[in-house]
Amino acid sequence: MKISMPVDLKSMDTNLCRSFGRAPYFLIYDTESNESVYLDNSAVASQGGAGIKAAQTIVDSDVNVLLTPRCGENAARVLQAADIKIYKSLNSSAKDNIDAFVDNKLSLLDEIHAGFHHHGGK
Amino acid sequence: MKIAVLSGKGGTGKTLVSVNLAAITKNSTYIDCDVEEPNGHLFFKPQNIQLEDISIKIPTVDEKLCTGCRKCVEFCKFNALAYIKDKVVVFDEVCHSCGGCVLFCPQKAMSEREKKIGSIEKGNSENVTVVTGILKPGEASGVPIIKQLIKEVENKEGFTFIDSPPGSACVVMESIKDADYCILVAEPTLFGVHNLQMVHELVKLFKKPYGVVLNKCLNEENLAEKFCIENDISIIGRIPFDHQLGMLNSNGMISVRENDKYRDMFSDILQKVTKEVQREATINP
Repeated sequence: MKISMPVDLKSMDTNLCRSFGRAPYFLIYDTESNESVYLDNSAVASQGGAGIKAAQTIVDSDVNVLLTPRCGENAARVLQAADIKIYKSLNSSAKDNIDAFVDNKLSLLDEIHAGFHHHGGK
Repeated sequence: MKIAVLSGKGGTGKTLVSVNLAAITKNSTYIDCDVEEPNGHLFFKPQNIQLEDISIKIPTVDEKLCTGCRKCVEFCKFNALAYIKDKVVVFDEVCHSCGGCVLFCPQKAMSEREKKIGSIEKGNSENVTVVTGILKPGEASGVPIIKQLIKEVENKEGFTFIDSPPGSACVVMESIKDADYCILVAEPTLFGVHNLQMVHELVKLFKKPYGVVLNKCLNEENLAEKFCIENDISIIGRIPFDHQLGMLNSNGMISVRENDKYRDMFSDILQKVTKEVQREATINP
């Protein structure tokens, strides 16, 4: 199974990025091979629609799940159309989040926000 | 002559100023660009209304022709398109209707469909032509409606008063683009100064001649006035925080049509604006 998450740095010890669409990198972790790959998020400096473009990157990486602190409605629409499950991440490192997911300790993200278009994040 | 009335936030007095200025001018046009909640018509109560639908063009994909090359997805700089499970998905509210995806599709699989986002109402109220833009609730951007509103008055003779949306975002820029003069309406509070600062920066960026109308003036320190003096901004009018004016306004009446006192006050503002525009025309023809 392939797990994806938005990260601030290219490291297993980094915290997950508070923004999905504007995260600098995505970590793709394969639970079978234990391999991790870091992808640049090409949407990081998008004028608009960053969530859509970022979600496209995730979809194109053939992942099964996304662990994220939050997710906007446009990104969620892309991910759900590709049958990618979105889980609410812990306020902790990428490694901790992978462990928590593997141990079945994460729950599905139930709060999809309407986006912060032109208003910045809180 | 096109005069835009703007302010950094709602409730400052844009509609009060633009409605009353239009009402004292012969053969004038009033355009309500505050398309999210237009309210100028509540004062004018225009007659003989003509309605026009406003639509935008949104791409649609013929799945039988699409080969999944993703040229459209790559082209869209607004990221309004995604490609999921062998299908192009269009995000209507992110699309800016540029038509680029349709042009670039090598398979000619994309075409455009019309999507209604609002309407324009045109009517008369005594000496004033009243044009109101109305955005459908839930739609993301009023820019296409404002573009059409401005186009309506492109070659209009006489005075046009543009009641801008609040703030300083795209919709405001669109509404002042063709204006010959901008009136900034400001409240006397610290918050009022902050909002005045925002629109002040905007009109400077657009290199528009402008002046400030101080609204809700009390007989005490006026921070917006102080800001104008410190920044050498011309003050073209002062509207008092006045019970009678408030009553007329909250009853949907146009003060210049009811009372000579207000007629004189707004005539004075209009005279100053006309003078400044003429002076500007001499300096920067």
